[in-house]
Amino acid sequence: MNDFTTIPDYGLSWLEASGDHADIVLSTRVRLARNLQGHAFGPRARVNDREAVLSLFKTSVERAETLTSGTLLEMPDVATRTRRILLERRLVTKDLLGEEESGPPRGAAVHLSSRDPVSVMVNEEDHLRVQSLLSGLRIREAWRMVDRLDEELGRELPYAYHPEFGFLTSCPTNVGSGLRASVFMHLPGLVLTKEIAKVLQGLGQVGLTFRGLYGEGSEVVGNFFQVSNQTTLGKTEEDLVDHLDKVARQVIQYEVQARQVLLRDARGVTEDKIWRAYGLLRYARSLSFEELMNLLSGVRLGLSLKLLPGLRVYTLNKMLIFTQPAHLEQAAGRELPSSESDTHRAAYVRRVLASEGDVTSDGASATDELPNESPDGR
Amino acid sequence: MPDNTCDHCGSSDAVVNFTQIVKDQMSTSHLCEACAAEKGLDPAPESSNLPLTDFLAQMGDERGKDELDAGHQCSFCGLTFGQFRETGRLGCPHCYETFEAHLRRLLRRIHGSVQHVGKVYLPPDPTASEMEKRLDGLRRKLHRAIEAEDFERAAEVRDQIRSLEPA
Ligand SMILES: [Zn+2]
Ligand SMILES: [Zn+2]
Repeated sequence: MNDFTTIPDYGLSWLEASGDHADIVLSTRVRLARNLQGHAFGPRARVNDREAVLSLFKTSVERAETLTSGTLLEMPDVATRTRRILLERRLVTKDLLGEEESGPPRGAAVHLSSRDPVSVMVNEEDHLRVQSLLSGLRIREAWRMVDRLDEELGRELPYAYHPEFGFLTSCPTNVGSGLRASVFMHLPGLVLTKEIAKVLQGLGQVGLTFRGLYGEGSEVVGNFFQVSNQTTLGKTEEDLVDHLDKVARQVIQYEVQARQVLLRDARGVTEDKIWRAYGLLRYARSLSFEELMNLLSGVRLGLSLKLLPGLRVYTLNKMLIFTQPAHLEQAAGRELPSSESDTHRAAYVRRVLASEGDVTSDGASATDELPNESPDGR
Repeated sequence: MPDNTCDHCGSSDAVVNFTQIVKDQMSTSHLCEACAAEKGLDPAPESSNLPLTDFLAQMGDERGKDELDAGHQCSFCGLTFGQFRETGRLGCPHCYETFEAHLRRLLRRIHGSVQHVGKVYLPPDPTASEMEKRLDGLRRKLHRAIEAEDFERAAEVRDQIRSLEPA
């Protein structure tokens, strides 16, 4: 059985909020899709294909500098809650974990490097998904990290490569470079000034695609958006990456302008929204994840606008991760039904804000009763 | 009576309702399948294969006489053309040859191109021409790094080139 504590850095180095525009861009991710010759992939991969791919990958790891010091987690051997935690940290996908009843298929694995914030999913939709996850807007750096790792693996593994179509993938939308670069952005200014639809439409026109962070239904919660390149074939990786970088910087500029408009035309309302959000987070006794996301959005905006001095982006990033259901259960040491989950979530948020997010001297002293459970991983 | 006009191209078979933001301002576009796929209005590109399967279904309607029938099968992995149209997923590298003519049209419509111009993979025991292509690719990368004044990157790529060139 794999020990969760062996996961290097717990896959959370991006929380540190160190990259460019880290208040607006939470994280940057770049992934490459790769498949091996001679084995079926995606829906056609059988157990023997998946096991052969995993064993080839294991051999290559010994000679890939970036990975030698890392940890390989084979999903069928990993405890259910640990799998959910990996999912909540976006280190694995639902696809890799398989159906809920049957569990992860044999051969499904993830390798986490302890040297760089890079990882490789094995036997997902493609044989390999090589990815990097960095804090803030650091698209080129993220690309270089996966490129370096891809070079190391490509020297050892027989990639499925076609002179015309490039790297072959299970889904034709990934073929060619196999590259998907994404930035995860917080855009409350554009949403509140009702400019967001125009911006998102513009993204489609320049070959980018977006998705919101969805709650229960199809509602975008917390004003978080993920922007990615739409096509993968016919452009160099550098072109794809530079283009996304350029457009992301433009979107940031629009967002900053929208925030200035908010402060100019609706300062009172905006400040009120931000302080109400802070107040609820600081004192609420029960919070659904969706409500939390929306409140964190308000507080994050306040932090960016320097209306909440003393609060750090790192604190807010940490709350996004550790308030998810599996993380709360891990901290509580048992399963939590959703009503209990909501009270544990609120308790965690109060505790974190009391210890590292106290922004006022008027009454918000850190004296409210704290639960014993400490979901904090560091 | 719903309006079926595509907001983008005006065709009368708009079937995709794309709601961009639900909460603070709602903006719903009605698009035909082709425009939806073309504009990339897919809210979950990584997890959903719906637009692609729409796309494939639509291509089926306009297939030419050289189009494959649903039973046409990849000899390596056994995937049939019908299964591909259903799932939007290929089953092995050989599928790209089996369904090549169809894929070429599909890739052109998805990506606007069928020619990979990115990284050049160097297979084990490369031929002279594979080696030359790999070197060309690395030289392009080097040129780009120098243009961007990224000398650390340039040095890295230069090492890669040097390791391949005959001493
Ligand atoms: Zn249309
Ligand atoms: Zn096949």
